[in-house]
Amino acid sequence: MADKIATREAYGKALVEFGAQYDNLVVLDADLAAATKTGMFKKAYPDRFFDCGIAENNMIGVAVGLALSGKIPFASSFAMFAAGRSFEQVRNSIGYPHANVKIGATHGGITVGEDGATHQCLEDFALMRTVPGMTVICPADAAEARLAVKAAIDNDGPMYLRFGRMAVPTLFGADYDFKIGRGVKLIDGTDVSVIANGVEVEQAILAAEALKAEGISASVINMATIKPIDRELVIEEAKRCGCIVTCEEHSVIGGLGSAVCDVVCESLPVPVVKVGTNDCFGRSGPAKELLSLFGLDAAAIAEKARIAVGLKKQ
Amino acid sequence: MEQKRISELSEIARNVRIGIIDAVHSASSGHPGGSLSSADILTYLYFEELNIDPKNPADPLRDRFVLSKGHISPGLYSVLAHRGYFPVEHLKTFRKSDSNLQGHPDTKKVPGVDMSTGSLGQGVSVACGMALAAKIDGASRRVYALMGDGEAEEGQVWESAMFAAHYKLDNLCYILDWNGLQIDGAIDDVIGPAPFDTKFAAFGWNVITADAHDFESLESAFKAAKECKGKPSVIIAKSIKGKGVSFMENQASWHGAAPNDEQYAVAMQDLKA
Repeated sequence: MADKIATREAYGKALVEFGAQYDNLVVLDADLAAATKTGMFKKAYPDRFFDCGIAENNMIGVAVGLALSGKIPFASSFAMFAAGRSFEQVRNSIGYPHANVKIGATHGGITVGEDGATHQCLEDFALMRTVPGMTVICPADAAEARLAVKAAIDNDGPMYLRFGRMAVPTLFGADYDFKIGRGVKLIDGTDVSVIANGVEVEQAILAAEALKAEGISASVINMATIKPIDRELVIEEAKRCGCIVTCEEHSVIGGLGSAVCDVVCESLPVPVVKVGTNDCFGRSGPAKELLSLFGLDAAAIAEKARIAVGLKKQ
Repeated sequence: MEQKRISELSEIARNVRIGIIDAVHSASSGHPGGSLSSADILTYLYFEELNIDPKNPADPLRDRFVLSKGHISPGLYSVLAHRGYFPVEHLKTFRKSDSNLQGHPDTKKVPGVDMSTGSLGQGVSVACGMALAAKIDGASRRVYALMGDGEAEEGQVWESAMFAAHYKLDNLCYILDWNGLQIDGAIDDVIGPAPFDTKFAAFGWNVITADAHDFESLESAFKAAKECKGKPSVIIAKSIKGKGVSFMENQASWHGAAPNDEQYAVAMQDLKA
């Protein structure tokens, strides 16, 4: 594993990289350019960067006006404000006309850390998945974040991209092939399938290694696209492993876990145990500590995997 | 403006109003009050001001119009029909389950509708984005947004006002239909969003006042907006809610109610007199 890089950092770099290629790429921010890393784009292309001030709802509308005029706007803020505060603007102004707006939401999840509950968005997957036509993506590392930005540019329609604050190891190499709506198997296993995204992918890999020592064979899937979810892969894993653990830095209500349940409930019911925050708000603390405190670390995933395997035997 | 043109526009506006009442009566629902107060503004925009072509509604070079007060869709649909975007007869399908004429405008369903609106305060922000895009392109196209006076109670309107002034969007013009009434009653009694002139001026806008039912007044207002450089313009247009239909005039209760057959007959009598 190479140096640790936050996906927000990779987002900023990707905007600069692809900004050179696409003249119609424009970037909006709501007074958080230093934190969301869109400041890199501002520096490189000052004429195509527009700070909207602390006014996210207007920013979403401005992005729509730009999109309807042929631009590819990336509108950035923290996940809490982009998906939370502006939910109705996202639904009615972006979603309803199916505007080609890309929401680059950083600081998703509990690993926001010290800022605490008001800034730790644990509901964005749930909110964004309910908007018809919205694609929802949460990359696991810098390489995937870069490719997700490219895919967002190349595919028409509304997209929600969630990036993290915390530096994470780079899991994927230059040959990594990212496609919207496709999950990727990172570890092959037969007893339980661990389906994760974002920072939880690293934890899932660590959990699989620990489980292996106990004789439990866990497969690990990186499910970066929450919507549209890779139905075929979920069903295949349910069939092969007979139980699933979902892992996300998000509430267990409405996110990746729910999306996976929607698929298996309809097609092949098997036990699904969710790793996520349990209907609660976050709190201040160092990101790594919070992952453990809220039951999102490798040890918690391994425990849920044992439970899932146990349910299968009942 | 020549007297002949004033008469022509008045005749068009009269037909636009008839279309509004036809649509709302056919649907047994909809928003006639604000549609009627905006009817002359819409007529002026679509027959004098906007650089548009009904035969090429997606022309990227066209001016843009955003109906931020999306609930007055009968007004927009009627003016679009009379301008030749679709047959006038089609207005009677308004709000029907097999019609493209949704309760609030859908840009994907109706030619000539530049943005889907209905949730107040959002259309003006989209207009800002359209105006910004024109600036980025160095294009001469202009962007207009019609908003309500009650709509000014939405905080997003003032977010957009701050944005447009900061980015010097002088190709952007809001028209605020000041009919003084909203669903719950007089705007001054509900929450008091006025004064609009000093508020917009404080946000850095060029403020123009006009009589929403006088085409010469509207003409000079839109001319003043076009001539103003370096900042966005707002035309605060004093209007009469329900204008043209005797029993609807200045009645908040006709904000979102449809006339029954008897009332329809009276309305038609008023408009055809």
